[in-house]
Amino acid sequence: MEVPTTGKAAAVWARLARVADPELDEPVTELGFIERLCLQKGAVEVDFRLPTYWCSPNFAFLMAEGIRREVAALPWVGQVRVRLLDHLFADKVNRGVNEGLAFGTIFAEEEGGDLEELRAIFAEKAFQRRQEAVILALRRAGMGADEICRMTLGGLGRVRLGEDPGAAELPRYRAILRETLRAVDPGDPAFVTWGGEALTPETLPDHMARLRAVRINMEFNGALCRGLQAARYRTQPEAEAAPDQPELIDFILNRVPPREAAASRL
Amino acid sequence: MYKTADGREIFVVDAHTHFWDGSPENQRNIHGKQFIDCFYAYHSALSPPEEKWEKSRFEKYSEDDIYRDLFVDGPDDMAIIQTTVLGDFYKTGFGCIERSSRMAARNPGRFIVNGAFDPRDGEKALEYIHYMKETHDITGVKLYTAEWHGDSRGWKLTDPAAYRCFELCEKLGIRNMHVHKGPTIIPLSKDSFSVGDVDDAATDFQGLNWIVEHCGLPRLDDFCWIAVQETNVFGGLAVALPFIHTRPRYFAEVIAELLFWLGPDKILFGSDYAIWTPKWLVERFWNFQIPEDIAAERGVQLTDEIKEKILGLNAARLYGIDVDAKRRDFADHPVLIAAE
Repeated sequence: MEVPTTGKAAAVWARLARVADPELDEPVTELGFIERLCLQKGAVEVDFRLPTYWCSPNFAFLMAEGIRREVAALPWVGQVRVRLLDHLFADKVNRGVNEGLAFGTIFAEEEGGDLEELRAIFAEKAFQRRQEAVILALRRAGMGADEICRMTLGGLGRVRLGEDPGAAELPRYRAILRETLRAVDPGDPAFVTWGGEALTPETLPDHMARLRAVRINMEFNGALCRGLQAARYRTQPEAEAAPDQPELIDFILNRVPPREAAASRL
Repeated sequence: MYKTADGREIFVVDAHTHFWDGSPENQRNIHGKQFIDCFYAYHSALSPPEEKWEKSRFEKYSEDDIYRDLFVDGPDDMAIIQTTVLGDFYKTGFGCIERSSRMAARNPGRFIVNGAFDPRDGEKALEYIHYMKETHDITGVKLYTAEWHGDSRGWKLTDPAAYRCFELCEKLGIRNMHVHKGPTIIPLSKDSFSVGDVDDAATDFQGLNWIVEHCGLPRLDDFCWIAVQETNVFGGLAVALPFIHTRPRYFAEVIAELLFWLGPDKILFGSDYAIWTPKWLVERFWNFQIPEDIAAERGVQLTDEIKEKILGLNAARLYGIDVDAKRRDFADHPVLIAAE
């Protein structure tokens, strides 16, 4: 759907941007999961859909819950209705989230289990991925291992990454330090392990190798999700009607040959 | 056979292919439709545009199609068919060992058709393993632990019933266990991330080879760790390899990790046909180099020698294929398909 830029819809959208796909640590708004918003006085309806019919219901549940929680946090919102579409467990997820039931209750038959453990795993992965992005950016800015390991929260707050691709992750990394690790003292170290251990120039290389592995996994999910999402919702009748015409998604995925190459094939 | 620009002839064993029937006629329910649709989305998302198929052909392709795509237009010398039954979704199964074996019989020696079993069938699973050995002389199986079965939504390699099956496989000389550990169908929390059961099974069954398909992605780090510990654990490149087109730098990072941890002897090429065709995958792989910064960090590079191992020699070793004898045999007996 088109991103609303004004009024209450824009305020809802801003709240939705705070909901991440737990597996990817990327906002649902940027992933194109939000399908429809409907505002009527104090009542908000949000429809969302995922890249496949098979996407894990526990991830879907976490996102649905997040959507409900974030939208409900707006002071003028009275009622929130979340609807997952085109999913094997759509009915169960929707009933659970809108009636405030626990995941374990709804998915008892499927041995869905407890979401808390999953939440903890995802929090750790998000922390690691954001941290790697920030450290790599600092390295690109010329900072050495010593300086990185000695950096404090206060120091991190003064860092400016400019145009660096890691710049967007800096505030997100600081947020997770603050909200999840409860690191708030400006004198606290900026870079620690998830367990809270300090990093040293000696331990940093191994630590970075681990973070890279986490990123590789998450990127795999991210790339697949985006690709599958695009393939699934590239409106099929049109695609079948004109299979040779590149669409926006072809450009995004770099599937459009240069003009000369295309012409020479004719 | 893949012929390189400088005239080398590379023996290619495609260790992960399918001969499926996902057509609407064979679909048992909405899940069957959604399953093949999801495969088609993989195909659409990661294939170069000129390699994209019509949906109807993708749902069900012919014997001629598979021979042409793998061996005539494609570079494969041999291919291993992985049987994925999905009996709850498809009337005669998505993959079916009988149908695959009939197809394979047209050109003997080109295909190795692997079986599949479900330990949750108990005694019947054991009987079925005997049947597959006696009737089809299988040497490997595809294990799909996320498969639904009645009320069950999956199983683990460490289940006691599974161990009974592995004991029987070992006894009968069915040595190659291809385990699907990749993007799963409906991964609930209990199996979302775990490749841990491979570790235990591989330790307890040293006589079997454990080929982890899709390298355990998205749990590559866990998989690498296990594969380092266990000499009988291997990684299949299916699904990871197509990223060579859409995101080459990302593929470089994955293959660098695998080379660093597993080394060049434990990685197997697989196209995952018909999700992708081997021609473009092999061409691009042969011409691929890991970018310098990534290669330097891990101290690895894809040399021609390593590529040759990954493309065929490693799988040949696991399946006891005599490469020189096969080369001679195939030179005398090119693949025959029906007249155009």
